[in-house]
Amino acid sequence: MSTHNNLSSGKRGTSVRSDCYFEIELTAKGGINIESKSKVEALYGKQNREFILKLCANAKIKNANILFEDSGALPFVIAARFDAAVSEGFQNHNIFQTTQSEDFSSTTSKNRLRRSRLYLPGNEPKFFLNAGLHKPDGIILDLEDSVSPQEKEQARFLVKNALRSVNFYGCERMVRINQLPMGIKDLQFVIPENVHVILLPKCESDEQVKLVGDEIFEIKKLHRLSNPIYIMPIIESAKGVENAYKIASASPYVCALTIGLEDYTADIGTARTQTGTESFYARSVVINAAKSAGIQAIDSVFSDVADMNALTQSVLEAKSLGFEGKGCIHPRQIEPIHAAFAPTQDEIQKASKIVVAFDEAQKRGSSVISIGSKMIDPPVVKRALRVIELALLNNLIDENWRENYENAVK
Amino acid sequence: MKMLLNKAGRSVPTHVNGQLEMPYAGVGAYIPQKNKAKPKVTTAASYPADGNKILPSLKDALIKAGIKDGVTISTHHHLRNGDLLTNYMFDIVHELGIKGVRWFPSASFPCHSHLIKYLEDGTIHHIEGSMNGPLGEFTSYGKMSGMGVLRSHGGRYQSVQDGEVHIDIAVIAAPTADPFGNANGLTGKAACGGLGFALADSEYADNVIVVTDNLVPFPCVPWQIQGNNVDSVVVIESLGDSSKIVSGTTEITKSPDRLLIAELVAKFIESAGILKDGFSFQAGAGGTALAFAMFLKERMKALNIKASFIRGGSTKYLVEMLEEGLTGYILDGQTFDLHGVRSMGVNPNHIMTSPFTSYNYHGKGNFASIIDAVVLGATEVDVNFNANVVSHSDGLLLHGIGGWQNCLFAKCSILAIPTFRDRIPVIVDEVTTLCAPGEMIDVIVTERGIAINPLRQDLLDAVKDKGLPIRDIRDIQKETDEICGGKPTKPTLDKEHVVAVVKWVDGTLLDSVYKVVK
Repeated sequence: MSTHNNLSSGKRGTSVRSDCYFEIELTAKGGINIESKSKVEALYGKQNREFILKLCANAKIKNANILFEDSGALPFVIAARFDAAVSEGFQNHNIFQTTQSEDFSSTTSKNRLRRSRLYLPGNEPKFFLNAGLHKPDGIILDLEDSVSPQEKEQARFLVKNALRSVNFYGCERMVRINQLPMGIKDLQFVIPENVHVILLPKCESDEQVKLVGDEIFEIKKLHRLSNPIYIMPIIESAKGVENAYKIASASPYVCALTIGLEDYTADIGTARTQTGTESFYARSVVINAAKSAGIQAIDSVFSDVADMNALTQSVLEAKSLGFEGKGCIHPRQIEPIHAAFAPTQDEIQKASKIVVAFDEAQKRGSSVISIGSKMIDPPVVKRALRVIELALLNNLIDENWRENYENAVK
Repeated sequence: MKMLLNKAGRSVPTHVNGQLEMPYAGVGAYIPQKNKAKPKVTTAASYPADGNKILPSLKDALIKAGIKDGVTISTHHHLRNGDLLTNYMFDIVHELGIKGVRWFPSASFPCHSHLIKYLEDGTIHHIEGSMNGPLGEFTSYGKMSGMGVLRSHGGRYQSVQDGEVHIDIAVIAAPTADPFGNANGLTGKAACGGLGFALADSEYADNVIVVTDNLVPFPCVPWQIQGNNVDSVVVIESLGDSSKIVSGTTEITKSPDRLLIAELVAKFIESAGILKDGFSFQAGAGGTALAFAMFLKERMKALNIKASFIRGGSTKYLVEMLEEGLTGYILDGQTFDLHGVRSMGVNPNHIMTSPFTSYNYHGKGNFASIIDAVVLGATEVDVNFNANVVSHSDGLLLHGIGGWQNCLFAKCSILAIPTFRDRIPVIVDEVTTLCAPGEMIDVIVTERGIAINPLRQDLLDAVKDKGLPIRDIRDIQKETDEICGGKPTKPTLDKEHVVAVVKWVDGTLLDSVYKVVK
């Protein structure tokens, strides 16, 4: 039942774009009165009024005075702001189900490429719409550090609707939940919306991973969902580093281990430097823990968006240590990251040789792979296959690389 | 008001402000059969023998120029949003009690919202030029006494040369001038680079007043405006707010989506084979255009390609390309930042051009069609590639045509546009106002893909299988409409009330702009 009569949510002001603001006063009689101030009034005013009436009906609101300030919000944003406002007054009201985008049915796999992951502040819808066009391997709708405490609740509605309605063009769909225990509530909003990976911040123990895994399992059961949802714990403290292996192997759904260096360096009482000597140990531990658990190791975020050369150097260093991906906060960082993680010509040459030898051995039905007199171990084949996959993804070789390779050898 | 349908299928009035007009007849279809307008003969006996044409005040100069009700006064827009002179001049016109002035600027800016009160009280009858920002809104709501006329930069010259617009008094803001009337925009507090937009005014107006805040002794060289054409010179305290005339440095956009569009434009130009030694291109000072130039520059360096010339709007980025030897020349129409102003002053290969010589469709020197590729913007494009650059989908007039129509004659015209702005789709079923027929637009580059005009099979073939996101324009439109939550409602326009007309480059009427009903 209603606890407050004046409810509000969203963003207002002249600098706001692609967002809206609601003030809802629940009344006893008089029906629904909408006062609309919209930047797109002439073109979408009518649709917006009709939509708000639909949202009211869905929330079973019959009498209310509604102030709607709109700076060009899309329907999924309008619905999120409305429902967030109403949820202040009603517990467990009917949340409006926005239109599903084509992307909603996309799937992921445990070992997919995770070279780049683009962080998007969870309460800023204007950044969502075109994020996928920049082709990061994954987009992260962030509910944690980029959302202020007073916006946490409304960001959940927004992220939920974004997962349903925004086309991320096949990027892996990730959400960084809040630190536990607050993050548990986040899961209820995002798990039913085909999220692929949950990033668990400030993770310090395998229990935390299990707790999240159990909650995911329960929500999936409730909603009869069968899609796999992976967990990427973020190690951000000395304690987390100490427990890295336990965390990495806490659940078969842990797909990667990553590290957050701002918090980590603060925790050990130092500051981040360009050379990264202070975090060399921690990063090595994270890589080693991940690899021993058979999952991916992913590096921290590179936060200087202006310096692309430094970014490339940083990725080359990360790659040499064993990391397979890097976080980014600006779309322009994506291409340099992919380029730096791409295999070199020399690596591709060697890998081609190995994969061709492997194919030939399979054709012969032999389990022994050799190049000349040299025997090739299975893990070397596995790595070579990965190099070829990366080379294909980076357009360094084409689909017919085998023919080209063989012609070159001849 | 009598209306008829033109060749583009748009309804246009037969008369504009009492003057008979030609309806648009197709690209290149209207061939005028007449002589150019003739300025009146003057005599040296009318001017001081010592060459000192200075008058004590602008008021004196206007009175001496014979200002009266209903005159046409022209101004240029090289001072952009920092222009104080035009507002000051109309304060005097108002003080003199003059009514019914036709204001003929080469463009207007938000700073000119000062003039709304003079449009309201009848000092100014109507504007022929551009109606930007607040003036556009004022016009759109049907508040201007006369009908606005929108022309391209080249079209403005064409109208003067062809005698469609007779300028009684030209008031030319000159950042530097001598007492004889020689003037340029290269130095002084209000330095703005070239003064090309005032050239026709100086040659064709009955009376030419040069106004400066930086008087130098005769001769002021180079004389972008020649004393030969000038009647009087007035010195005032300040022409304008220099911080709004040119920016120190024009900045490239930081918007990731605009950068993505700019990068796609550069990739398209490379894939289509346009990027080759000796090519030429034009890019303006908009964020996306600047970013395009930056991406193109990287590729030119990587491929060791040099342009024969770049058409500006010059900026720091074009100046750098000139100085690094990536282009032989900058042919500059207007200078957007201090780097451009400096370069034009010192580099003989940074050439001032006037739309008179480069954009006038009824001239012999229209070189817009020589340029290999041009990158422009638009407010709307329809599925047949017809484009709008003056009004928004809500019907409000908010921009001028600028050189846009003229540039479209380049060998490859590219519109770099987002698929939507503030939820409003840019690709529409039918443009609100037609500013160019679809046959003039070759390529649309958006963040969601590239659409090529089916008329350009050569371009379609050239970029086939090059890994570019080439899509049908309707396909991009469909996706955008879905994102925006359906097609927008049509704005309510009063089709009985034409508030302005859009002219094509040949002076014919291409479309009407209607009153917006609130």
